[in-house]
Amino acid sequence: MLATAESTSRASMVQKTVSSGGIESWLVEDYTVPLIALEFAFKGGAAQDPPGKPGTAMLLAGLLDEGAGSYDAEGFHRALDESAIEISFSADRDMLTGRMQTLSWNADRAFTLLRLAVTEARLDEEPFERVRGQIAASLKREINDPDFVAGRRFRALAYPGHPYGRPVRGELASLPGLTRTGLVAMRSSMFARDNLKIAAVGAIEAATLGCRLEDVFGSLPQKPELVPVAEAALSGTGTRHVEVIDLPQSAIRFGREGLARKDPDFIAATVLNHILGGGIFSARLFREVREKRGRAYSISSQLVTHDHAALFFGSTSTKNERAADSLAIIENEILDLSENGPTEDELDNAKQYLIGSYPLRFDTSTRIASQLTALQMEGFGIEYLDERNRLIAAVTLEDARRAAERLFGNGKLLIAIAGRPKGL
Amino acid sequence: MSIGELKPARQSLPSKSTAQMQERHQGPAITQAKLANGLDIVIIEDHRSPIVTHMIWYKCGSADDPPGKSGVAHFLEHLMFKGTRNHPQGKFSRLIAGLGGQENAFTSNDYTAYFQRVAKEHLGVCMEYESDRMKNLVLTDEVVGPERDVVLEERRMRTDSDPAEQLSEAVQAALFTQHPYGRPIIGYAHEIETLNLADAFAYYSRFYSPGNAILVVAGDVQPKEVIDVAERFYGSIPAQGGLPSRFRPREPAPRARRLVTLADEKVEQPLHQAVFLVPSYCTAEPGGAEALEVLAYLLGGGHTSLLFRTLVMERRIAVSAGAHYQGTAVDDSRFYVYAVPSPGVPLETLDCGIAEAVAKIASQGVDGADLQRAKTRLVAETIYARDNQAALARWYGASLAAGLTVDDLFNWPARIESVTADAVRKAAFWLDGRRGVTGFLLPAEPGSARKDAPSADALTN
Repeated sequence: MLATAESTSRASMVQKTVSSGGIESWLVEDYTVPLIALEFAFKGGAAQDPPGKPGTAMLLAGLLDEGAGSYDAEGFHRALDESAIEISFSADRDMLTGRMQTLSWNADRAFTLLRLAVTEARLDEEPFERVRGQIAASLKREINDPDFVAGRRFRALAYPGHPYGRPVRGELASLPGLTRTGLVAMRSSMFARDNLKIAAVGAIEAATLGCRLEDVFGSLPQKPELVPVAEAALSGTGTRHVEVIDLPQSAIRFGREGLARKDPDFIAATVLNHILGGGIFSARLFREVREKRGRAYSISSQLVTHDHAALFFGSTSTKNERAADSLAIIENEILDLSENGPTEDELDNAKQYLIGSYPLRFDTSTRIASQLTALQMEGFGIEYLDERNRLIAAVTLEDARRAAERLFGNGKLLIAIAGRPKGL
Repeated sequence: MSIGELKPARQSLPSKSTAQMQERHQGPAITQAKLANGLDIVIIEDHRSPIVTHMIWYKCGSADDPPGKSGVAHFLEHLMFKGTRNHPQGKFSRLIAGLGGQENAFTSNDYTAYFQRVAKEHLGVCMEYESDRMKNLVLTDEVVGPERDVVLEERRMRTDSDPAEQLSEAVQAALFTQHPYGRPIIGYAHEIETLNLADAFAYYSRFYSPGNAILVVAGDVQPKEVIDVAERFYGSIPAQGGLPSRFRPREPAPRARRLVTLADEKVEQPLHQAVFLVPSYCTAEPGGAEALEVLAYLLGGGHTSLLFRTLVMERRIAVSAGAHYQGTAVDDSRFYVYAVPSPGVPLETLDCGIAEAVAKIASQGVDGADLQRAKTRLVAETIYARDNQAALARWYGASLAAGLTVDDLFNWPARIESVTADAVRKAAFWLDGRRGVTGFLLPAEPGSARKDAPSADALTN
């Protein structure tokens, strides 16, 4: 498995396989448990939703395992269940992801069903209406959910008029406008071999995997026809917005422009975010807002990178009466990091944690497949698996200070709140 | 620091009676031991990665909260991170983070568990600290006060901001008229507000001892070494004597059908839920819990289940529906059924549809192909589980904390395989409407919202 002792090369355990038709994948061969985990992703995702039709990619993903080839929806699920095969799809902002897990003796059947789902999903009327209804029900459930409301508002304010500002699951008002024709169009523009990254883990040889992948993906066109997505900078920094919901607690979302994944300071920014709000018990926000003052149960921050935008983003939920106070603490910590940077001690601790915990990301076959797919989607090579910790180790206090200044600047935030916050 | 509800035992080791018999020897090796002070040890070997999962499980949970002090088990779980004399607050967390380790804890009805995940060479560090805080916790009012506020914020987030969660709380309270499973794990807000250092310490002294705990270590370890290190750290804690008594009055046989309704202006999507009082793996007759497990799958486990096919695909009165058996419990437990209505469909219609599906299984039983599919799916989970060290550790810990044995888990696939169609048919009788509580989540009636009604916040302050 990929969680190696640090003296061992993680990259050396990954093989790059190429099928006869040129389909690449990363493989970790491991026969300890008789199963195969596969993950793959097509670039595109919800950012490709046509204007006025948010939710298209999500609905498409939801329908790929709802009937394909000669199977109707029930028949397809029955075929999966009879062999304990798991196939699922999901849409994210920049990609549409597929996952498969099978016991090794059912691999034939699993890859056959996967091929049908990828190339011959029927998108029948019954599942179309049903899955659309499920998405609508989930949106209705969240109309007054403070986390959802604050998160959606934050997105809309951060990226107005850009696909990243639209909800991935769509909107209640836009769902009725989605059509089968729209899904078919998206599928044919997005499902292409040049657009595909694949990772497999488990009981399968490279040559066999190549044949299977050829069978699943070989009939897809070579080139996708994606709509170009504009680069997006975060709007609204320095503004604060409240959606009133009659609740005892306020859900708070805050953020600023982030650093791109390939930015030379991204790794230093990662360490910095860990110091601010990435770790659980060690993070400044946890300590100041939760541990010392009891202002919140959950508080965290993260760096989010999309293909065309980068975001620093945080969240917490706090009693209405304390919302202003909690925000002041958060803003103060961010400004302090921007002006003074972290302490040497904080930097060392964060680096040690990020380096030492990297193996924990590679603890199951499905998680390994997911990590390997993500790396490929971000444009990294296999060698990055070994480079990553070296890059973290190389971050100096000076790097961290520079990244802090770039990331947190004047400390101003875009803030979206749902609840009845007092004093804001 | 979260509230854990484990799925029922859906996983186990491969068994000789399954089609995967040839894989049996490749399953994880399990080693058991018991220290002189009563600490049970279970070691699950997984040599694929140089990682170890270290967990300590206490056989006490929210159902052991004294009356009037709901939430104290969970509150103590939070306070367990406040340090000891040898490890003042934050010292261990900094140490573990410096090693790249992860740690946390969770509380459920019957157990409270603490865990760390680290590179295998750091197992001793985890044991040193975890054994220290088993008996040497130091609490002061200065740390107890803010942490109580944290728990109140947690409750506001999970329950007080979510009408669906408030309905679930009311449904559980209606199902259990006597037994403490009816109280929320996190506690009622007005009781959490009164919890203090003395309450937490009383619970701690009563339940936290080696004889009431299970050590689960999963990962790239040699059992003998694990036992040696455990002996060194945990072995030095004196035995506390007899196990703490638990006050668990048995629930009387339910006879009255109950409907709990929550209407709130914040609800836009109605929901139907039903909960039935059923035996657990610990209280059922032999084979009874396994039959309920199969029933849950056939009634409401995914797209091929009876509820999904009839309510969602054929009649289109629901957009989704499912069922779930919470079998891992010390006492009689719960079987859940839920459905999300299609627009405009009254919840009463779903209630009838669910009752009809249950009645169909109770009268006509299930067909052979369906039964086989259920068994294949359930038993396959035991192989998938072997891919996940942390999940295995959780499953063993939760099951053993509830009173099951390693043999029970080992033989689980064989017992699932031997469930008959008739046993599934009979299990459906547990879902008699008179044994359950139905919950309706509804939008507020137009005009019923009272401006002068106290808000949830006003009620809790």
